[in-house]
Amino acid sequence: MTAALSYEAVLADRDAIMRDSVGIDYQQYVTGVLAFDYERLLADTGYDIQRTQAVQGRTGVGNTPLIELRHITSLFRSLAAPGKGARIFVKDEAANPSGSFKDRRASLSVCEAQQRGYTGVVAATSGNYGAAVASQAAKAGMRCIIVQEAFDSQGIAQPEIAEKTRACEAYGAEVIRLSVGPELFYVFLCVLKETGYFNASLYTPYSILGIETLGYELAGQVQQQTGRFPDLVLATHAGGGNVTGTARGLRKAGAVDTMVVAASVDLAGLHMASDRDFNRKSFTTGHTGFSIPFTTWPDRTDVPRNAARPLRYIDRFVTVTQGEVFYMTQVLAELEGLERGPAGNTSLAAAFSVAQELDADQIVVIQETEYTGAGKHPLAQLNLAKHMGVEVRRGDPRDNKPGQRIVIPEHPSQIAVVDVDLDHVRRSYVRHALESIQGEQSLSEIDLDFLAAETRSTRAYVEEVLNEWHRTT
Amino acid sequence: MAEYIEIGTWVEIHRIVLPGGQRAPQVPVETQQVPLEMRVKGFLAERSSLGDEVEIVTSAGRRLRGTLTEVNPAYTHSFGSPIPELLTIGREVRTILGETKVGQ
Repeated sequence: MTAALSYEAVLADRDAIMRDSVGIDYQQYVTGVLAFDYERLLADTGYDIQRTQAVQGRTGVGNTPLIELRHITSLFRSLAAPGKGARIFVKDEAANPSGSFKDRRASLSVCEAQQRGYTGVVAATSGNYGAAVASQAAKAGMRCIIVQEAFDSQGIAQPEIAEKTRACEAYGAEVIRLSVGPELFYVFLCVLKETGYFNASLYTPYSILGIETLGYELAGQVQQQTGRFPDLVLATHAGGGNVTGTARGLRKAGAVDTMVVAASVDLAGLHMASDRDFNRKSFTTGHTGFSIPFTTWPDRTDVPRNAARPLRYIDRFVTVTQGEVFYMTQVLAELEGLERGPAGNTSLAAAFSVAQELDADQIVVIQETEYTGAGKHPLAQLNLAKHMGVEVRRGDPRDNKPGQRIVIPEHPSQIAVVDVDLDHVRRSYVRHALESIQGEQSLSEIDLDFLAAETRSTRAYVEEVLNEWHRTT
Repeated sequence: MAEYIEIGTWVEIHRIVLPGGQRAPQVPVETQQVPLEMRVKGFLAERSSLGDEVEIVTSAGRRLRGTLTEVNPAYTHSFGSPIPELLTIGREVRTILGETKVGQ
């Protein structure tokens, strides 16, 4: 990184840097003050399901097993009302080359970077996506740089991110480890500007289209194994890509009636840019610190338009507590013989509760697992939590308080999702959209239709929210 | 006398990207007060000692400068001690399952 690139100068240059590093002219998709042609942005990449499968197949990505969790199903049926308790399946995405579904996202980005003649890729990520990009870049013979938010001002690394550092370095990537703060984006832009590498952002069309195969595959597998499409699919929700890509893939497979439920770990009260809170979260992703801001305003990313637009696809949005996820991680290992990382287990904890509401002949799918290992494990996270002064105890998960107290349930009957009010989320989205408008510009018919599509509502709903906003501002 | 570290050794450098007090305006006060720090590993480009301002060549082939802080830096993340609060969960749920037959 060149020291001569000042913070202000680099941020002022961000649009040009991003344009050069993704090779997409987002401006051509603008159709209104707020509106843009989302479907054309995705379609113009040329990646349909078949082409994506072909790209992913070349590097062993995808076609992961779908496993029925029979013992866990029995466990919650013993708690559910008679005739209730759907069958639960899990898509074992840990079987991908770098151990998570993020290989699907990275595969198209790296393929595209290579075809466009870039010699390297850069990604800003502290999670599995870094390892996935590094793995794909290694297979493609490209250089790779991963920028991580990794440690606090005491030099204490988040153990899960420390494991990601190791994994990325194992795949031959350069890893830039930073302390806590959103200025990571400045360092990221400096690297893009200096290297001229491809921005393998989590939020480009490639990164989202790469996930469609996950939804597509699981719909086919469930149909093959049970003779029907899944009734409900749970996706762990953070930046929105997982939900968006999976839901789109389900629709493309014909599973149009499958309910899509987003699940996040509740980290209410912890600040994502806080040096103090950083090592008190116990989760690095899949939590409300990402999912709430990204659902209520997706365009807060490292590309001009986020191709992950979760509010278009979510039927229901639920949260679970930290303690509930740790509990279910242990149950998955001991009842099903699957030791897996926290991301998919967030959905699992939610599924344990949600599946009890459904009938016994219905099908619920948890659409991912991820690998686990040193650092990336409940033991490492809970040992760090104790070290940081967070209380860890058994009890009622309702007493869980992020950053202060992790309460691990005493009995599986205590596991219960909390619904996020989608009406509130939709209103918040519209408010953010209106606040993003520069200067005096009035909305057109196209913008109103766009807002209705974005919030999966109606023109009448959008107009009502707009009127309310005008009355109060 | 400082011990020399040979050229080509795998090392880590440290650098302050933004000093405390010059952070982005939106960060909370506890972050505002501390610097944005950077640590990167690579091969040492010149014979140096710990604490020297040095150049490294990273895995991506970039040349970066910073303070030499570690030689052959270790991966120290682990699992740690078993967590008592997790140890009995398996036994508990198997007991519940013992009252119901699997597959029902």
